[in-house]
Amino acid sequence: MEHWLKGAVLEVQEYSRLTAASVRGVFSRPFYFRDVVEQFETIGIGSLTVVLLTGFFTGAALALQSGMTLDQFGARSLVGRLVSASMIKELGPVLTGLMLAGRVGSGMAAELGSMMVTDQINALRALGTDPVRKLVVPRVLACFLMAPVLTVMSDASGLIGGWLIAVVNLNVASGVYWKSVTDALYLGDAWMGVIKPFFLGFVIGTIGCHVGLRTRGGTQGVGRATTNAVVAASVGVIAVDFFVTPLLIELLY
Amino acid sequence: MELATDPSPPSPAHADTDEPIVVFDNVTLAFDEKVVLRDVSFMLRTGHTKIFLGASGSGKSTVLKLIVGLLRPDSGAIMVNGERIDTMTEVGLMKVRDDLGMVFQEGALFDSLTVAENVGYKLYEETDMPLDEGRARVQEVLGFIGLAEFIDRMPSELSGGQRRRVAIARAMAFKPRILLYDEATTGLDPITADTVDDEIIKLRDLENVSSIVVTHQLRDAFRVATHEAVRLGDRVDVVLADAQKAEEAEFIMLKDGRIAFEGNAGEIREAARTDPYIKAFLSSH
Repeated sequence: MEHWLKGAVLEVQEYSRLTAASVRGVFSRPFYFRDVVEQFETIGIGSLTVVLLTGFFTGAALALQSGMTLDQFGARSLVGRLVSASMIKELGPVLTGLMLAGRVGSGMAAELGSMMVTDQINALRALGTDPVRKLVVPRVLACFLMAPVLTVMSDASGLIGGWLIAVVNLNVASGVYWKSVTDALYLGDAWMGVIKPFFLGFVIGTIGCHVGLRTRGGTQGVGRATTNAVVAASVGVIAVDFFVTPLLIELLY
Repeated sequence: MELATDPSPPSPAHADTDEPIVVFDNVTLAFDEKVVLRDVSFMLRTGHTKIFLGASGSGKSTVLKLIVGLLRPDSGAIMVNGERIDTMTEVGLMKVRDDLGMVFQEGALFDSLTVAENVGYKLYEETDMPLDEGRARVQEVLGFIGLAEFIDRMPSELSGGQRRRVAIARAMAFKPRILLYDEATTGLDPITADTVDDEIIKLRDLENVSSIVVTHQLRDAFRVATHEAVRLGDRVDVVLADAQKAEEAEFIMLKDGRIAFEGNAGEIREAARTDPYIKAFLSSH
């Protein structure tokens, strides 16, 4: 028990140090601009398909489910309200976060983990490069800034998925659906949907890098690190969402 | 191929040959309960070679990681180029590392970069050197180790021996005064190992690079100690060294984190007659 506790405290301490170092790295030199651009492409463009598909099918399923419920009250025309409120405030950010945790968090842990076990991180340090600035800062910054962009795209894709089901399956007119979508949205909702992903992106980036840089034990260790990164980042996304939501409600409404 | 001489004058710390360039003073390091190094003291002189021998886990690689500042000792002092590095911050260490090159076990090449990007990594990423000048230096260094035609290959396309030689090229590209070799020939066939040994010898004798070689390959250790590089016109040959030159290379044998022997090639052969551990080590290889 004592050993486990010590290990847990050490993990928290190392995670906090890495987080602080990566924030410092954004605001001081040297800043590896080319690596940042590369990570924007890998994380942003690379995750676009999975995020769009997830959003689309979630929006479509939401429309199907809520259509059935609304029918009981003769309010099928309000399906757009439910889809937009659910997607933009909650499902868009969280599902995008979970997709990024799976795709990006695991990738970071595997890449940095492989570099750890093959001494490439030590080689970087021996060549005078700070691995946090070179590897962690670009990844965390890209996650932090791309998560909101991807979330907005996922939201849009979800609304289109909902629209398709509303028109084809529920026989709701296009104009009615889109009016219902905009009627339900307040400025606070939009801010909530855009601000939350910044937190989620930061958590995914820092957890992925932290787990990767703590990898030990050869290829088996890399496999373990990848799994741990996905699990920790996914739980982190849901937990941070839970804690940030009331804070934003307090601030925005 | 001859390397261009450094246009910048050498710093006073390494201007004179035979000056101490790396000093360990009673260095001790433990990981949890396991003591890896215990009161280790030695000195490397400019332009000389120290060869660390010992069984796996005896602390050889740890010595190199301490010199580069990748690890810090629990007690004792480490001096590199006249500066005490064991109490330095990471930022301070970055400057010290400008004069250090390290060849890691298995090479540790960056597998997402080409050979040219690996070799020129420090020049491209950590200096303001113009790209064409950096490229010229990379070509020069790859020419020195005989791999000029592999400049645009990926590390995965190279053989084991070629990867180690590229790792040496990467370590020497920014002209460090000290090169550290961590099992640079382990796992290579004897002929390929000879080519790697020859690079170590050439850098020491032609470029006056001080080197620390960590190995458990006795054959390579003795080759580095007993051979020298001589320039004959445009050609560089590696030949048997004269007695005085051979005496300059010193062996240190580590056993359970302590120095079990320190001396030159002749002395270690002599010691093997009386010391059962050295005898067992030499006869088993």
